[in-house]
Amino acid sequence: MISVESLAVVFNKGTPLERRALRGVSLAVASGEFCCVIGSNGAGKSTLLGAIAGDVLPDSGRIVLAGRDVSRLPAEARAGLVARVFQDPLAGSCGALTIAENLALAAARGQRRGLAPALGRARAETIRTRVAELGIGLEDRLGVPMGSLSGGQRQALSLVMATLAPSSIVLLDEHTAALDPANAEFVLDLTRQLAERFSLTVLMVTHSMRQALDLGTRTLMLHEGEIVLDMTGAERASLTVEDLVERFRTARGQELAEDRLLVG
Amino acid sequence: MSSFAFFGAVELGLVYAFVAIGVYLSFRVLDFPDLTVDGSFPLGAGCAAVAIVAGWNPWLATALAMAAGALAGFATAFVSVRFRILHLLASILTMIALFSINLRIMGRPNVALLNQETVLSPFYGRGLADHLVRPLFLLVLVALAVALVAAFLKSDLGLAMRATGANPRMARAQGVRTGLHVMAGVALSNALVALAGALFAQTNGFADVTSGLGTIVVGLAAVIVGETLLPRRSIALAIAACVAGSVLYRLAVQLALNLDVLGLQASDLNLATALLVLLTLILPRFRKGASAA
Repeated sequence: MISVESLAVVFNKGTPLERRALRGVSLAVASGEFCCVIGSNGAGKSTLLGAIAGDVLPDSGRIVLAGRDVSRLPAEARAGLVARVFQDPLAGSCGALTIAENLALAAARGQRRGLAPALGRARAETIRTRVAELGIGLEDRLGVPMGSLSGGQRQALSLVMATLAPSSIVLLDEHTAALDPANAEFVLDLTRQLAERFSLTVLMVTHSMRQALDLGTRTLMLHEGEIVLDMTGAERASLTVEDLVERFRTARGQELAEDRLLVG
Repeated sequence: MSSFAFFGAVELGLVYAFVAIGVYLSFRVLDFPDLTVDGSFPLGAGCAAVAIVAGWNPWLATALAMAAGALAGFATAFVSVRFRILHLLASILTMIALFSINLRIMGRPNVALLNQETVLSPFYGRGLADHLVRPLFLLVLVALAVALVAAFLKSDLGLAMRATGANPRMARAQGVRTGLHVMAGVALSNALVALAGALFAQTNGFADVTSGLGTIVVGLAAVIVGETLLPRRSIALAIAACVAGSVLYRLAVQLALNLDVLGLQASDLNLATALLVLLTLILPRFRKGASAA
């Protein structure tokens, strides 16, 4: 269970470049809910995720994760509650460390780290099993530096990393946007599987209307720092991509011509 | 090269192996170029020498030197992390400050340790020549340091430190307090450099306030020579390569000084080292350029 209450974020406050990225966003996500977030560039999607993760500190409003007010905590202090996968495959893992070391790092996310070997027998076994489940043969290359893998492989491993330790919310920030279609499909499938298997609570930002309707249980649309659409259940099930584009156009009040939004 | 000169070079290489491991931690693991070492080497030498002259147990004096080095490293990292001052600049400030502090600690530019009890005293006169006892003793200590640092870097804490240097944003997302890790890592690095200083004073019989000049370049040379000769396979091997690099570097220097044709003097050492490091930094670019063409 996470709740965001009247969250406001202003960038460059008090300067000519002042921009209100979030204008009082309120949102409650129940445990196990999978929300897709869409919106045009600058709508505040990434800012919302950044604020929940702790990269961006809000100007007003509250963020409560698992009953704990984390509004003022830096990212590293709330990592035990928040798991993330970034858009850039290079951002979510360390290229210089091996696959096994990256996963070991994630297995201890948010926990107190001591002097025990990072790859003790039990953890090494868990890591091996989880990587083998991907079915892409990486379990035999656990000692290889992460930097030698492809973007798709790194994103798949980043998803595994995000689910090695418990979390109250998983933030996926356009995590398939930098991949080719085949790899994007693979990573999306994996996302679906893992979310189901671990009953994850997910907030996924996407630029694809199709994904926003097909994946998960709830669709949110942000526009200029506000939530302009929030649909679940039957209402959402009856929604088509065309409907969504129409709603989107209404919200923006202009043509979509030069937007990078993808239909399909 | 006489065997005396050979073992002398090995001995010096093993003393500076601690510097190499320290520089590896700051430059390679934390990606924190740290010039504090030019001050923490004489700091370690001075602290140990003064404490030994004052009648301290030499092991305790050596531990004191390490603590002082750790404090110096912590000061640099704290200023850099807390006040967001460029790491190089922060470390130069500490280095300059340490020159005055070292003079205060030692009371004069040079402290002699003649006929004083050192960590090596118990091992002298037991059938092995002194010039062999020293490198052997140092080898044991270096091996211990390599094993301990390697084990640390493979622990949860050490992995967090490596992630801090490699990808700080990812490290924070995993709950790593990167600022603390930088401070701890640079402190550990300088503790090792101060240990080298303390051992240098005890094997050579004196501490000199100017002995730190160029420590960083010698440490870097050792790290780079080691990396070039032993491309890294594992973290333990990478650290062992620093040790090998340090010894080989000293042997190369000794060899060059012995070749009269070159006409080199001991005072040319810093120039030669700077050129060597520059060369090894430039070479990989040419290799890359060649393979790309």
